[in-house]
Amino acid sequence: MTIMQHIWIVLGVLFVLLNVAAGLIWVERRLLALWQDRLGPNRAGPLGILIVLADTLKLFFKEDWIPPFADKWVFITAPAIVVGSVLMSFVIIPFAPSVVVADLNVGLLFFLAMSSLGVYSIVLGGWASNNKYALLGALRGASQMIAYEVFMGLSLMGVVMLTGSFNMGAIVAAQKDRWFIVTQPLGFIIFFIAGIAETHRLPFDIPEAESELIAGYHAEYSGMKFGMFFIGEYLGITLISAMTVTLFFGGWLGPAFLPPLVWFIVKTVAFIGLFILLRASLPRPRYDQLMEYGWKVLLPLVLANLLITGAIALWIRK
Amino acid sequence: MSELFYIATFVAVAATMLALTRLHPVHALLYLVVSFLAVAMIFLSLGAPFVAVLEIIIYAGAIIVLFIFVVMMLNLGKDTALQEKRWLQPRVWLIPSLLTLLLLVEMVLLLLRGSKAPMLVSVVAPRNVSLSLYGEYIIAVELAGFLLMAGVVGAAHIGKHTKKNLHRYLQEEEDIKQK
Repeated sequence: MTIMQHIWIVLGVLFVLLNVAAGLIWVERRLLALWQDRLGPNRAGPLGILIVLADTLKLFFKEDWIPPFADKWVFITAPAIVVGSVLMSFVIIPFAPSVVVADLNVGLLFFLAMSSLGVYSIVLGGWASNNKYALLGALRGASQMIAYEVFMGLSLMGVVMLTGSFNMGAIVAAQKDRWFIVTQPLGFIIFFIAGIAETHRLPFDIPEAESELIAGYHAEYSGMKFGMFFIGEYLGITLISAMTVTLFFGGWLGPAFLPPLVWFIVKTVAFIGLFILLRASLPRPRYDQLMEYGWKVLLPLVLANLLITGAIALWIRK
Repeated sequence: MSELFYIATFVAVAATMLALTRLHPVHALLYLVVSFLAVAMIFLSLGAPFVAVLEIIIYAGAIIVLFIFVVMMLNLGKDTALQEKRWLQPRVWLIPSLLTLLLLVEMVLLLLRGSKAPMLVSVVAPRNVSLSLYGEYIIAVELAGFLLMAGVVGAAHIGKHTKKNLHRYLQEEEDIKQK
């Protein structure tokens, strides 16, 4: 691959991702409206798609307020961390054969590392705001994300065992005959649940629970700083969907009548839709219920999954 | 590759120095995170991607988050910064700095005397790391496992509490049941 091609891939991925994140504003509101039996934004432009532009302009022109009681530099850095860490995670995803930014041999671990750095944006944003609600949100966010990182990592180790590599390209190639959803159904379910908790989307939006904490860790943010948290969340949804597709649903593999890139996009969009459907249909658990569910249900399940997968992998190799 | 190594070491040393001298605990911890990221970069430039990523996942991503979590809960404000300032007088720095300087001089002397060899970077794949962990060093892995198990049991014991009904109606109900 020449350097020019590489630069084009990087720019292309960045361009598509930022547009997807913005476009999801419209997609989410329309889909939610559909499932709640109303219309949603349908005035600006065809099917209301220009709501994206209107929302972005509104965010840019709002007063960008830094509270005098906040820790200024930490307050400013926090929203950038979430977007940065999520965009870095996309580096290792193979969108199509040879369309990948960095084909690392520790690809999967790199994804886990970047998602573990994402915690800082919540913790620091909540702390630097110097506000009780924000602090409570940050505390919840920190413990939720640290706890669910554990299950996320462990649920993926079954896939690693069956592939014998952390490399994402190798993981996709190993699914040529059978997608990992068939051999690792439990791993998929736990990864997806952990993914929702990691992106703190509804039903696990406990750090920002509007009804109890106003907006939780980003209560003091306005303007484009709030916008960064917003984009970070949508990018996070896209990331978890893309990772689910790559790890469990064969990535870009699919019948030959469509090109690989299209298969990847179709599958990812389906999972983004599932994320929004979950938001539309599930109630939010209490904070202690979430933690108890994680440590008392998911942890034993994921360890059992690991044990059984390891035993079967050994048995087959003999 | 060696330029990357030197840049990363510079960042690591600078961030660690700043982490030591910041008065505000959260700012100090943030510099510590930068220092860990720089150390991960050093590992990466020396051909150990597996260790580099683990450094980020475990130290930068989990342990320091817990540190910040605790500092956040204690809500240490300006008072602690003032206290730190009172504690960290130049007088306090003097003797440790002199002693470390001595060690540094010793190390530089040793490095200058040693034979010069070019930095050979051979990338160690995750597979090799795990093979040696579960082959040669299996005892170390198991001992670490014991240690962690003890930690988990201890934490579970400390965290255990008997269920208490704080509402008096529920309390009364329980009293009636017990009778």
